[in-house]
Amino acid sequence: MKYAYYPGCSLESTAWDFDRSTRAVCRALGIELEEIPDWVCCGSTPAHATNVLLSVALPVVNLQKARAMGAPVMTACASCYSRLRTANHKVRNEPDQRAQVERITEAAYDGGVAVHHVLDVLVNHLGPEEIRRKLTRRLTGLRAASYYGCLLTRPPEIVAFDNPEHPACMDDLVAATGAEPVEWPYKTECCGAGLSMTRSEVVGRLSHKLLSMAHRAGARCIVVACPLCQVNLDLRQADARKAHGDLPEMPVLYITQLLGLAMGLSPDELGLGALTVSAGALLSEIPPATASSVEETS
Amino acid sequence: MSETIQLKNTELLDEVQRRSGTPVSACFQCHKCSTGCPTGPEMDYLSSQVMRLVQLGEEEEVLQSRAIWLCASCEACTTRCPMGIDVAGVMDTLRMLAVERKVTIGEKRPEKFNRSFLGSVRRHGRVFEFGMLAAYKLRSGDLLGDVGKFPKMLSKGKISLLPKRSGDARRVKRIFRRAEEEDQKR
Repeated sequence: MKYAYYPGCSLESTAWDFDRSTRAVCRALGIELEEIPDWVCCGSTPAHATNVLLSVALPVVNLQKARAMGAPVMTACASCYSRLRTANHKVRNEPDQRAQVERITEAAYDGGVAVHHVLDVLVNHLGPEEIRRKLTRRLTGLRAASYYGCLLTRPPEIVAFDNPEHPACMDDLVAATGAEPVEWPYKTECCGAGLSMTRSEVVGRLSHKLLSMAHRAGARCIVVACPLCQVNLDLRQADARKAHGDLPEMPVLYITQLLGLAMGLSPDELGLGALTVSAGALLSEIPPATASSVEETS
Repeated sequence: MSETIQLKNTELLDEVQRRSGTPVSACFQCHKCSTGCPTGPEMDYLSSQVMRLVQLGEEEEVLQSRAIWLCASCEACTTRCPMGIDVAGVMDTLRMLAVERKVTIGEKRPEKFNRSFLGSVRRHGRVFEFGMLAAYKLRSGDLLGDVGKFPKMLSKGKISLLPKRSGDARRVKRIFRRAEEEDQKR
C-alpha cells in the first residue's frame, strides 16, 4: 500500500506532531508514504474566500505531481483534504474551470487522482481488524471523545467516507485500541476553524462548548484528526476556560498519537511533547503493556 | 390579502448565482442553515437572512455585513440545505464581491488575515506562519493578541523563525499572477 503523501503547511508548523505520528503509525502498519516533492500550499480558506481559480489551481499543482508519482494521495489535514477533493470535483464537473486551471498551471489534469484522508486509509483501506493485530498495548479505561469537526465529513458530495451527521470511523479506531469511545452530540460541531486568529473569542466560546460537553459525556481526552481543531481545543483551552468557566484539563490528541501509543511507540516518536495540555498524567493511569494484554488484543 | 414584494433588481441575485453556481432563488426561509450555524450568535444577519438579502437585491446591506466574514466555512449549512443551496459557497462569492466593489468591509480582520495568508503562500509557495502573523498584525493593528503564546509555540517547535520554502515557489508566483489576471477580466 503506497500513497503520495501531502503533509500541508500546518503539519510543518503547529501540527508537526500530527505529521510525526502519522508517519510513525503508517510505517508500523506497512503503509508506505512518499512525500510529494516540492508540494505547495492548498490555499485553504483564504484562497476559496478570495479567488475561485486560485483555490482550484493550487491543489491541482499537487495533484499533477501525484499523478506523476502514480499513487493515490493521502493527507492528514482536514482542510487540505477538503481543498484537494473540492479541486478534483470542480475539474471533473466544470469543463471551463478545468481549461482555465490547466492553462494557468501549464499542465494537464483530469481530476482523476484519488485523495484520501489518513482516517479513511486506516479505517477503510486497512480496517480496524488489521490494525488490532498490530497493537501491543490496550489503552484500557481511557474514555475518549472522537471529534471530527467540519471538513472531514462535509459536504458529503465532496468527501463521503463517513456519515456527515453521525460519523463513527474514529470511534471504531478508538475502540480498537481498547479505549472507550464516549457517545456525545458534538462530533461534527465546528470549533470556529479559521477564525482562530481573527476572532479568537468566538473560537473560545465554541471550544468551551465542545470541551464542556466532552467532559459531561465522561471523556478524559478528545481525539481529533484536524490540525486546526487541535490548536483551537488545546492551545486555546486555557483562554476558553478563563472566559467561560472552569473545567478539568482535557488533553487533545491526534488519533495517530492514540493509535501509536497502542502500538507501543514512544511519546517522542509520536510528538506528544507538542501538546499544550499534557497527556502525561492521563496516560500514566493506563496499565503498561503485558503479555496478557497482547493476547487479549489478538 | 396578498402583498407583492418589489425587488430592487435581480442584478445581485443573477451575479451571485452565476458565480457561486448555486440556486439562491430557491431559498424559502426554512432557517435550517441559521439554526446549525456555529457563528450565528455573532452575526448581524443570519445565513438565511443573507440569502433573502441577495434575493431582494439589497447589495449594500449584504456586502457590508459582518456575517459574510464571520462564516467559518464549516459547510454545515451547505450540507443541510433542503434546496441544495451551497450557502457557504454563497458567502465566499459575497466576500469576493465586497472586495471587488470596494465597499466598507463589515468585519475587517478576516479579510486582512486572508491577504496576509495568501501573501505568504505567494512568496514562499507555502505558509510561513511567523511572517504571515507579523504581516497580519501590522495590517490589523492587533499587535498584542496571542503574543503571549509565542514563546511556548517556539519552544514546542510549533512555529519557526525561518520559512520552509517550496522548491516550486516560482511556479506558485506565476499561478497567483495569472489567477488575478483572469479575475480582472470578468
